[in-house]
Amino acid sequence: MPGLVSIYDLTRQDMEEIFEDTEKRLNAQPRKELSGKIVSLAFFEPSTRTYLSFETAAKKLGAEVIGFTGEEAISVAKGESLADTVRMLENYSDIIVMRHRFDGAAKFASRVTSKPVINAGDGKHEHPTQTLIDLFTVRRNFGFIDNLTFGLLGDLKYARVVNSLLRGLKAFRPKLAYLISPEPLAARREILEELNYPYREVREPHEVIGEVDVLYVTRIQKERFVDEQEYERVKESYKVDLKLVEQMKKDAIILHALPRVQEIDRRVDKDKRAKYFEQASYGVPIRMSVLVKYGVEKA
Amino acid sequence: MSSATLTVSKIRNGTVIDHIPAGRSLAVLKVLGITGYEGLRIAILMNVESKKLGRKDIVKIEDRVVDEREASVISLIAPEATINIVRDFNVVEKRNLRLPEIIKGLLKCPNPLCVTNNDPEALSEFVKVSEKPLRLRCVYCDTYLNEADVLRQVVGQ
Repeated sequence: MPGLVSIYDLTRQDMEEIFEDTEKRLNAQPRKELSGKIVSLAFFEPSTRTYLSFETAAKKLGAEVIGFTGEEAISVAKGESLADTVRMLENYSDIIVMRHRFDGAAKFASRVTSKPVINAGDGKHEHPTQTLIDLFTVRRNFGFIDNLTFGLLGDLKYARVVNSLLRGLKAFRPKLAYLISPEPLAARREILEELNYPYREVREPHEVIGEVDVLYVTRIQKERFVDEQEYERVKESYKVDLKLVEQMKKDAIILHALPRVQEIDRRVDKDKRAKYFEQASYGVPIRMSVLVKYGVEKA
Repeated sequence: MSSATLTVSKIRNGTVIDHIPAGRSLAVLKVLGITGYEGLRIAILMNVESKKLGRKDIVKIEDRVVDEREASVISLIAPEATINIVRDFNVVEKRNLRLPEIIKGLLKCPNPLCVTNNDPEALSEFVKVSEKPLRLRCVYCDTYLNEADVLRQVVGQ
């Protein structure tokens, strides 16, 4: 069933439509567009932010919400296969929003069920609704997405938001993407080989920070490291502090999918270029738009 | 220069697999589950001259046919091989192997956290990215599989 499993499931036009729709939602009273529908939130991996934002989005649209997150998921599954859990959810609901620790879980689920599956993060693979939030924030601040220089900083290897963002940018025409990370956290070759726009891998943010329009910071994904020693080696290898921000363009913006740990100095929060809280505020309206797209048009 | 040729008699009924990359005939036999103890008459020619490949291997197996599934696994390690089915000393069917665009259920994704390694119903599935060098991509997690990975999996270690 068509759903939103990868950001590749959306064309530029689809994304533009979601952005236009989200704009309208920002200052409007929500309408009960999903009244009578049931949205299931199947979060096999713990989440607070994404879970709550999908739950809020669904409720604002008048949908009923059923679901589970984190530890509860273990009791839901009780050794049951993912496919069987998805079949159960299919019987109960109209849309399945899923987060799972296995790469490709959402795609697999979408092949098992006839209901639309929205990927709310599958392992280190993709997180398409976060990319919509990211690009929407860029669009709101600049008025456009094309011709900007992006700087993706941090854990580019295990952060699924990075994969989805790099892929999502293919629908636009970025001027350049700097991929800034310590060598062990470099972006996956599989993703880089797909890109249709210029990119450069660099190790030190100071080298390029003055050129960047959008600085996208990621947390080191501790939970995805297979080797703990590898994590120890890189855990504090980068930080966005006032000194770095001083070198940025005046109209640049700093984004972060949150939660952050220590990779952005809290003093940066007061800088007008820090847009990560604004970015987080678009989580609900973007997800409302996504739920309506898949819950109303296609159901 | 030696002008001697290696002569192997024709088989009456069975399969001739030609144009196997030099040195891979034993791997092909392994794919077919042939150990030598089955009692089949088999000729293995290794590193013989080939116009197409420079050097090649050939396997002749009497009284044994190669099915579709076996052929697709062989195509992974010998993409240019041809399979000739012989009856009464005549080639009655000639199949050029082609690496399928999608390979389902035959290979394992090297990513331990791929859903295909963690759910009994999630069958592995790869799409062909390139043939030379061989490169496949997992449709679920996008992890690449290269020629060495494929050979290791098919032949086993």
